[in-house]
Amino acid sequence: MAHEFAVEMQDVVKKFITPEGNELNAVDHVTMQIKNGEFFSMLGSSGCGKTTSLRMIAGFEWPTEGEVYIEGKAMGHTPPFQRKVNTVFQSYALFQHMTVYQNIAFGLEMEGAQKDEIDKRVKHVLEMVQLTGMERRKPKQLSGGQQQRIAVARALVKVPDVLLLDEPLGALDLKLRKDMQLELKALQQQLGITFVYVTHDQEEAMTMSDRIAVMSKGKVQQLGAPVEIYERPANKFVADFIGDSNFFEGRIKSLSKEEAVVFIPDLNAEVTGIPVSQGLVNGEEITVSIRPEKVLISEKPMNQNTFKGKVTNTVYIGTDTHVYVDLMGKRLKVFEQNRISRLDPGSFYTVGQDVTLVMMPENVLVLKKE
Amino acid sequence: MSHDPAHLTIPWKGVCGMNPHRRHPFIFSSAMLVYVFLYAPIIVLILFSFNASRANVTFEGFVPTFSDKVVMDGSLVKASPCGPFHWFCELAKDKDVAEAAGNTLTIAIVSTLVSSVIGTMAALALQRYEFKLKPFSQLSLYIPIVIPEIVMGIGILTLFSQLFGVINGSLGLTGDSRLSMGLGTVIVSHIAFSVPFVTLVVQARLQGFDKSYEEAAMDLGANEWTTFRRVTLPMILPGVLSGALLAFTLSLDDFVITFFTNGPGSTTLPIYVYGLLRRIITPQVNALSTVWILTVFSVVLILQWLQNREAKQH
Repeated sequence: MAHEFAVEMQDVVKKFITPEGNELNAVDHVTMQIKNGEFFSMLGSSGCGKTTSLRMIAGFEWPTEGEVYIEGKAMGHTPPFQRKVNTVFQSYALFQHMTVYQNIAFGLEMEGAQKDEIDKRVKHVLEMVQLTGMERRKPKQLSGGQQQRIAVARALVKVPDVLLLDEPLGALDLKLRKDMQLELKALQQQLGITFVYVTHDQEEAMTMSDRIAVMSKGKVQQLGAPVEIYERPANKFVADFIGDSNFFEGRIKSLSKEEAVVFIPDLNAEVTGIPVSQGLVNGEEITVSIRPEKVLISEKPMNQNTFKGKVTNTVYIGTDTHVYVDLMGKRLKVFEQNRISRLDPGSFYTVGQDVTLVMMPENVLVLKKE
Repeated sequence: MSHDPAHLTIPWKGVCGMNPHRRHPFIFSSAMLVYVFLYAPIIVLILFSFNASRANVTFEGFVPTFSDKVVMDGSLVKASPCGPFHWFCELAKDKDVAEAAGNTLTIAIVSTLVSSVIGTMAALALQRYEFKLKPFSQLSLYIPIVIPEIVMGIGILTLFSQLFGVINGSLGLTGDSRLSMGLGTVIVSHIAFSVPFVTLVVQARLQGFDKSYEEAAMDLGANEWTTFRRVTLPMILPGVLSGALLAFTLSLDDFVITFFTNGPGSTTLPIYVYGLLRRIITPQVNALSTVWILTVFSVVLILQWLQNREAKQH
């Protein structure tokens, strides 16, 4: 019976010594639990500790403090070759001196599998990644996408408890990357193996993951389903890192059980009826954020939560038109979906045009100051 | 590299009237001079190994005919069972040459094997680990390369003679059981000067060696030793072989250090030739040199060919 959590990181710290001789917490008191069978992503920019975390799960690094558990077992200093996890490397790390067959068979040989057993499993996994017939090629003779699949096949043939993927699609072009994202997701659902996926590409993480850990400076900033992370970011970093946001400095003017009124000095205006969940205090200085696609440009003025502004620029990007509006000297981004053809120049807002912006209170987020 | 034909056109061709494809005559003539100075002595040397004159000062033509036995006319060989290859046959009969060749090969093979192993280990350690004396270790690799060979030879000689003196004295060894200069000391000294060459060549190969290959092997269940045997070694093998080849030729060639460290029964070919020269230079020396050059040359050619074939497969 599988443990509830495929991987647990318990208050893990990883210290590195920088070339200048300073101590750096690459991973800083990280605790997270990765459920069995889920597609879990660690998302963050370079240096956020995501790859180091992955490497500690794989066993290439050992935590300075804390403990990593795999299937409930404390790993301590267990070397990689004694862990039931396998890794797909960013560089693929396919053995250049071996054929595709030898690459995939390598892990099975290490288990001491019999020759016909190896034959059967290599054949099966090649079918799974749709590369049957490539057995005798050398990795150099394959395209980037094919090499990537072989790297996945080589790890999956071992039937690991957890598959670790370190930016495996980074080297592929956009179109191929999108195809592979869906393919990997389908593969994960079909096999039911826990995938732990490291990426700096938020769209990629959103597309594939059941849950995402957004990381920065060695810490987990937020852990949740993609929709939670996007719609209810835990702090300004997450709101800024995932998607686009408009930020204003503000203050809680009044507070009831469910709703808050926030005063925004920059706009000399208040937003009413904002739903609140966190423990906020009356008069607290906070940051207000709203997603650009959630700001509406209204033809007719409304009573509440409306702001008058001037269009300063419009940018047409195909799916959307980005409208930049000046609100009392503050620039606000508004994304309007191009639901109608914009071929008629009259359908665009013109620079200098007066507009009224509406921020629906349920779309306004109140973020605590760090 | 791009194979886009646009890259093959040379935009600056014709600028200032210069044709980049026309070489300056100086380049050609200096190349020719290099060839002459490099290869003319070797060609002359090979030619003289067929010399009919025993004196070997001037070339008196080839040994003209085959016959049952050697016919001499003064210092000229008139006829020989081997014809023009007279001196090669004389060489083959020479037991001392055979022994010296045997010694040379033994020393070269043993010192190459040992120095390849030690040199590769050193290169891996220098690439992989951080330790206090690392800059010193790296620098010390160059010492045996830049230091005059004669200094190193005298140094090794002094070391061995002192060491053997102490050991022989304290253990009361006498006669045949005494430690003395011989094959062993030559091999050790050859290993000593070969290791840095192997290390530097393997280090060059290790530059840019992605450690994720080794991590991948361990990730797939291979322990450290299996990882080295199945992944690391095959990947750095071209470097190790180049280093070994270098060590092998250095050992075959070495005169100075061998001169100081050899002893009775460990005469190598260079030492033997030197001994011959002090007595009389017969074309037999040339014949020996010719065989030697051809052997080394063909070994290098075969290894080059093998490496090229290997490179083409990847």
